[in-house]
Amino acid sequence: MSVSGMSSFSLRADRRSLSLQRGWFIGGLSALLLAIFALTLMLGQSFTPPGDVLKVLLGQDVEGASFAVGQLRLPRAVLSILAGLSFGMAGVAFQTMLRNPLASPDIVGVSSGASAGAVFAIVVLSLKGTAVSFFAVASGLGVALAVYGLSFRNGVAGTRLILVGIGVSAMLESAIAYILTQAPEWNLQEAMRWLTGSVNGAQLSQAWPLLAVLVVCGGVLLTTSRNLTALRLGDDTAGALGVRVSVTRLLVIVAAVGLIATATAATGPIAFVAFLSGPIAARLVGPRGSLLVPAALIGALLVLAGDYVGQFLMPMRYPVGVVTGALGAPYLIYLLVRANKSGSTL
Amino acid sequence: MSLSGATASGSVSGRGGRATKSIMLGGLIALLVVFCMLSVSIGSRDVSLDEIIHGVLGRTDSFGEAAVAMRVPRTLLALIAGAALGLAGAVMQGVTRNPLADPGILGVNTGASLAVVVGVFWFNIYSVEAYVWAAIAGAGCTAAMVYTIGSMGRGGATPLKLALAGAATSIALSSLVIAIVLPRNDIAGGIRSWQIGGVGGASFDRILPILPFILFGLLISFASAKKLNSLALGDELAAGLGERVMLARLTAAIGAILLCGAATAACGPIGFVGLIVPHLCRLLVGVDHRWLLPLSSLAGAALLLIADIAGRIIAKPAELQVGVVTAFIGAPFFIWIVRHQRIREL
Repeated sequence: MSVSGMSSFSLRADRRSLSLQRGWFIGGLSALLLAIFALTLMLGQSFTPPGDVLKVLLGQDVEGASFAVGQLRLPRAVLSILAGLSFGMAGVAFQTMLRNPLASPDIVGVSSGASAGAVFAIVVLSLKGTAVSFFAVASGLGVALAVYGLSFRNGVAGTRLILVGIGVSAMLESAIAYILTQAPEWNLQEAMRWLTGSVNGAQLSQAWPLLAVLVVCGGVLLTTSRNLTALRLGDDTAGALGVRVSVTRLLVIVAAVGLIATATAATGPIAFVAFLSGPIAARLVGPRGSLLVPAALIGALLVLAGDYVGQFLMPMRYPVGVVTGALGAPYLIYLLVRANKSGSTL
Repeated sequence: MSLSGATASGSVSGRGGRATKSIMLGGLIALLVVFCMLSVSIGSRDVSLDEIIHGVLGRTDSFGEAAVAMRVPRTLLALIAGAALGLAGAVMQGVTRNPLADPGILGVNTGASLAVVVGVFWFNIYSVEAYVWAAIAGAGCTAAMVYTIGSMGRGGATPLKLALAGAATSIALSSLVIAIVLPRNDIAGGIRSWQIGGVGGASFDRILPILPFILFGLLISFASAKKLNSLALGDELAAGLGERVMLARLTAAIGAILLCGAATAACGPIGFVGLIVPHLCRLLVGVDHRWLLPLSSLAGAALLLIADIAGRIIAKPAELQVGVVTAFIGAPFFIWIVRHQRIREL
């Protein structure tokens, strides 16, 4: 008896130290994010001292800084963070649920669904702003549900969902390419830039719907996080542990797609953020426990830093999607190699 | 229908006798001839029978005859590219023993595109010959990379791992394509229409340079039919039969890469032909590659022709690029395969 008491004690201690470690990581990531946020507010074409930035944030008028910080840098940074949080969290939710690091929303068709809707709205219907967002969200959700429905056959198997998603996504990509050839020049630039994913011309008004969706869908994901973690053990084991697998899966899909589609509507499909955040978080925090929050923070860091790099550290101004895309490609290869070798899930 | 190949190729004679298969081959050739005639007579301009005959013979006196004369090289290109893609798909499915292998799904076409785009933008290549070399190099590198990544780890190159590796690679490469194209608006238009994949606007100048590559690819592929039959028995059994497995794989793969690289150089990336055609042909003649390969090339030509004709009818008086049409036929077919395979195999 004393032996079992000992082992359960040490297990508990082990678990406590683990959650402590997680706490440190999350705290550290948040601090880093805040620091970069502050830096992007101060640094641009010109330097704004921290005092002036603070004054602008508090709503005071500062000569020269009000416009640069309040109208340009702040909306951009806020939108980057919100979109990054959404992409990161939704991406890791998909990857965990489907037990495959490659099964991120970019790959299983959600992003191309949202993109197709938006490109259709921009080019064919000549819409702008909120209407485009509406189309992106609607078609992203529609495509995700279609993929889910098409892969339904005595329940949904993860592998089938991934493969159906790849097929649907290939079809949508060619539809997007076709719509783009029909575009007149002035819409083309807009559509292309949008397709690459960028936070150019961000406005604070864009941030509110994103924030609302982030709170609601992110909240749903966080409440299912325990079941989601159990799904990693396999459907059968999770079921034996008392998780209602198909309910959890549907809930996760709807919430994650809501996040992805809204963020995509605001910024375009920023390449690889949803894909990369989860594995990076798993690498840092360790594979145990829920990765939702760490991955969300990593996502925000990627977008925020990527946008800064694209704006100021390149020979010409690139949208953030180009930076994350170029960053993502080599990491993707490394990840594929590593994941396949160990046969691990994340 | 045995798609894994391993089980049914024990009875290599497949279904139907020699006579039945010969009849099918003959029937397919007859169908091709009909499609060719349709292809020169259907288009945005309606033409009379006289004009068709004169146009095919090369006279361009009236508008109708000129229109027909322009449809001739286009028909020829569709024939050649379709045959190449259908055959390449059959060979790839044989080499990887994978029912989902297709130059589009595995990202090989995107690799070819990226190589061509890089060539155009950074090395100023303009001739079709240079396109072909670039496309083949790109296709080869991508195929090797995707196959290596997909076959690492437990279970070797499973369809799921290959498809995921292909889809992920394809996203990475196309975001690189965008990154290269975006700043150069002047050339972007031409590249974009090439990227969809179409045979419109073909000329003999565009066809001639790819012919040697296609012929060479055809020869290699047909010559490896027997080897593919041995490979279908599984690596160990094939080795036991005296086959040098790696060498057999490599030569057959080179044949497929030559074919799809050359086709991509001339038409842009056209997806799904290589996926659909071998499956349909397997239904007709079984799994013996000595029949499957020739039949696949004929059926590929027929599919691409009829898809091109359909694209001209649907969007009359404009036209839908053949790549869009094949994607919209092919993706549902892909999903159908995924749904009807046992999960274990996928």
